[in-house]
Amino acid sequence: MVLSEQDYRLIAEIQGGLPLVSQPFAEIAQRVGHSENEVIERINAMQKHGVIKRMGVVVRHHELGYTANAMVVWDVPEMRLEELGDKMGKTDFVTLCYQRPRRLPDWPFNLFCMIHGQQREQVLNYIDRLVETHNLQSIPHKVLFSGRRFKQRGARYQ
Amino acid sequence: MATQGRIAKQAPWRKKPVSNVQLNNLEKRLLNEFQRGLPLSSTPYADIAAKLDTSEALVIKILARLQDIGVVSRVGPVFMPKRIGSSTLAAMAVPEALLETVAEQISAYPEVNHNYEREDYFNLWFVVTTPDQQTLETVLEDMETTTGYPVLNLPLEKQFHIDLGFPLWC
Repeated sequence: MVLSEQDYRLIAEIQGGLPLVSQPFAEIAQRVGHSENEVIERINAMQKHGVIKRMGVVVRHHELGYTANAMVVWDVPEMRLEELGDKMGKTDFVTLCYQRPRRLPDWPFNLFCMIHGQQREQVLNYIDRLVETHNLQSIPHKVLFSGRRFKQRGARYQ
Repeated sequence: MATQGRIAKQAPWRKKPVSNVQLNNLEKRLLNEFQRGLPLSSTPYADIAAKLDTSEALVIKILARLQDIGVVSRVGPVFMPKRIGSSTLAAMAVPEALLETVAEQISAYPEVNHNYEREDYFNLWFVVTTPDQQTLETVLEDMETTTGYPVLNLPLEKQFHIDLGFPLWC
């Protein structure tokens, strides 16, 4: 899907969230100079083509008591990356699972997954389960719990 | 290897009080069932209200309150990384005594949306989002100059999970 100039204007208007009014798309439409229908159509198209992953309520886990947030990083042999990425990505307690580049010698890890929990023990149990279920004992990994949050908001693309 | 996290369990910031938001059933359902699939109709909040057997006014009121207290960051889109703009996950290894200062310098960039501490040698992690790759590289270089620390640049190569939002209370 090729995004037009107008799409980017629309993205700029909706990236920070929709207005909490009866007809939010009509209000957005007014700001970008289109009809309400055109705005809805365009958002629909972006969703269909995967530019928008989802539309809905974006929650902050931390404020809901999910304060134990671990990024688990794995040093996976190239050959097993797809297989293990798929398996971890499908695990119910894994929120995100990404492949990222190694940066040797400082950073040998190429598979990242995010696990949220209410307590640290719970998250560590999840990780143990992940290792046991998929026989990951020989795959080096590291657990990085999050500490202070210095800034958190939605991305601004424009 | 997993012990690494266990040793760090006594980290001082764990003693901070945990925010404890009390939510009623309607609020929980609103958060749990509408992280995706926002009705793309003229009146999405009225459609949500109909599904929850309540009024549009109450749905809007609840969302406004939850947004106000920070439980909801927004009602709107989550974009697929790399489909629009350029972004990366970056990290720095900063001496503990300077962490707050360097974090402040990083947060000051409008291109940074998340910036947080992690328990590791690389203790400052942040997400940088820009309209294009060239700008992204310029911003990362500028960060190195400003802070004096090298940036570990870890752009997304492949996503494996299916983004269904985050299941709560289950």
